[in-house]
Amino acid sequence: MFKKFAGAIGAAVILASTASAAMAGAISGAGATFPAPLYAKWAEVYKASTGIGLNYQAIGSGGGIKQIKAKTVDFGASDKPLKPEELAASGLYQFPTVMGGVVPIVNLPGVQPGQLKLSGALLADIFMGRVLKWNDPRIVALNKGVKLPPLPITVVHRSDGSGTSFLFTSYLAMKNPTWASKVGASDAVSWPTGIGGKGNDGVSAFVKQTMGSIGYVEYAYAKQNKASFVLLQNKAGKFVAPAAANFAAAAAGAQWAKAPGNYVLLLDQPGVQSWPITGASFILVYRNQADAAAGASVLKFFDWAYKAGDATAAQLDYVALPAPVKALVRKQWLANVKAGGKPVYVAR
Amino acid sequence: MASAASDTARFGPSRSTGEAIFQAACLGAATMLLVTLGGVVVSLAIGGWPAFAEFGLGFLTSSEWNPVTEVYGAAGPIVGTLITAFLALVMALPLALGVAVFLVEFCPRTIAQPVAIAVELLAGIPSIVYGMWGLFVLAPWFAEHVQLPLIMEAEPGSWQESLFSGIPNGANIFTASVILAIMILPYMAAVFRELFMTVPAQLREAAYGLGCTPFEVVRSVIIPYVRRGVVGVVMLGLGRALGETMAVTFIIGNAHGFPDSIFASGSTIASTIANEFAEATSDMHSAALVALGLVLFFITFGVLAIARALLGGQKY
Repeated sequence: MFKKFAGAIGAAVILASTASAAMAGAISGAGATFPAPLYAKWAEVYKASTGIGLNYQAIGSGGGIKQIKAKTVDFGASDKPLKPEELAASGLYQFPTVMGGVVPIVNLPGVQPGQLKLSGALLADIFMGRVLKWNDPRIVALNKGVKLPPLPITVVHRSDGSGTSFLFTSYLAMKNPTWASKVGASDAVSWPTGIGGKGNDGVSAFVKQTMGSIGYVEYAYAKQNKASFVLLQNKAGKFVAPAAANFAAAAAGAQWAKAPGNYVLLLDQPGVQSWPITGASFILVYRNQADAAAGASVLKFFDWAYKAGDATAAQLDYVALPAPVKALVRKQWLANVKAGGKPVYVAR
Repeated sequence: MASAASDTARFGPSRSTGEAIFQAACLGAATMLLVTLGGVVVSLAIGGWPAFAEFGLGFLTSSEWNPVTEVYGAAGPIVGTLITAFLALVMALPLALGVAVFLVEFCPRTIAQPVAIAVELLAGIPSIVYGMWGLFVLAPWFAEHVQLPLIMEAEPGSWQESLFSGIPNGANIFTASVILAIMILPYMAAVFRELFMTVPAQLREAAYGLGCTPFEVVRSVIIPYVRRGVVGVVMLGLGRALGETMAVTFIIGNAHGFPDSIFASGSTIASTIANEFAEATSDMHSAALVALGLVLFFITFGVLAIARALLGGQKY
């Protein structure tokens, strides 16, 4: 009963805020905060060329999943893909829009950005509080020639539930069995050690303020703040820097066509260039659209974004999907998003 | 005769009808408030029920909060809420009294008014601004000038070391309390000032006439005169400190465990709800957060009841 009540309130809020836009035929969406700046920019350009607006509420991935399930929006957005069985259970379909990476950042006096090398397993041990000082032999062994201070390590993590945390903890769980069994992977976990900052701002502020700290933020955030990033060892054994080309390399190897429900995590992908903590942001829509026009306008918007949005994405430090993935998604729309048995939108 | 006629003119054709409507309106307003309050409790209880049913009393006593394994124990946030609100009140109450006494008794007329307005303006600053200020200004300053010296000063193994231990970045229970104190201070000072103004001038002048010093006037005349109102001010401050969300979320460090020193990271009920509600996708997680809301409701209720009992029992 409470859920219905809460849902009704949520619906009322969304309705109230989108009422004026809805009258102009605007598309409504809600969810992930990570792609929100890009969706806003895309919407601005799209509106200028077509007159159709997009009302996107950045309320977090979990909120986006909840809102689309409550049918208060035309689409939900999430950085955490839904598992195929969950998609089937709720009658939803998901497709990726854009990629980004999660970047570990440190505050170590005397260590330059991109100088410190870490492996996934070691990163997990650090975030579990099993490596306590920066001059620990395991860190030193990976970083010959780097002067590591004998500072205690302070772990900084997100305090709020977040798709970024989901990607980060999923990666640690893949690389470290102890992490997988003791902590697990989710958008909110019980962190074994350290302090929590609210949002990317909170984490990056705490890292900046605390000597000897290590945290993780979205790539765009690390780049714009010139944070001291870490090189990570990828599946091929190479130490790579977080960069757009390296995220794209991770996406290139991913088997989208073979993934049921587009459930793809771009973590620890093969390839000498691949950045190991890469992720895509997803859009959720109903397979069976009650309103064909509303469903079509969502797909039309993202079709336009696939065609005309790459430059904008690059400007804002997001990484566009590779062309074959875009083509695959366009094809999926025909079979997966229908109203009355007919595809709602045919991408040309 | 003349007064009866003017009464009719003032209150309409029938005075008793107007009175009845007025009475009903007041009754309605009062009832609506109670019904709303009851509705909040009932919906929180229903929403949080799965958590209470699953964890029982352990929900209040355990400090393990793990969304992955779906184990929820709220002891950490509960303790954090009580400590921060109590510390904030301890810091803010004497300051608020001082500000109000200064404004009413000692401050020259020409600057009393601007200062009073400035104090009230402080109350209007959104809490997120306090949170950001705490995160970017207060925390680094505090870490460098208070926390680090204290930690370095403390001898290994001493009680100081355990009291002051913590990550030296200024995000902890103590700085959260400082922020809370700053936030509740203007409310308290503004109401104290209004209270002090209600002390009849004759009473004050009489005391001065008897040769009292300003301190004696404040201590023996003004404070006793407004003692009842002090209860209200304490409640106002405590209520805000207990429920304050945004500012605390930024500065408290957001660790779910039990705080083990005053410079340790912690969390409060409100900050936990704010941090996790949007992303709580599992039913038990949302239920646990709603249950936290209910706990906060009862804590606020209980603490305020105790405050009233302690301070309101005395007659002046």
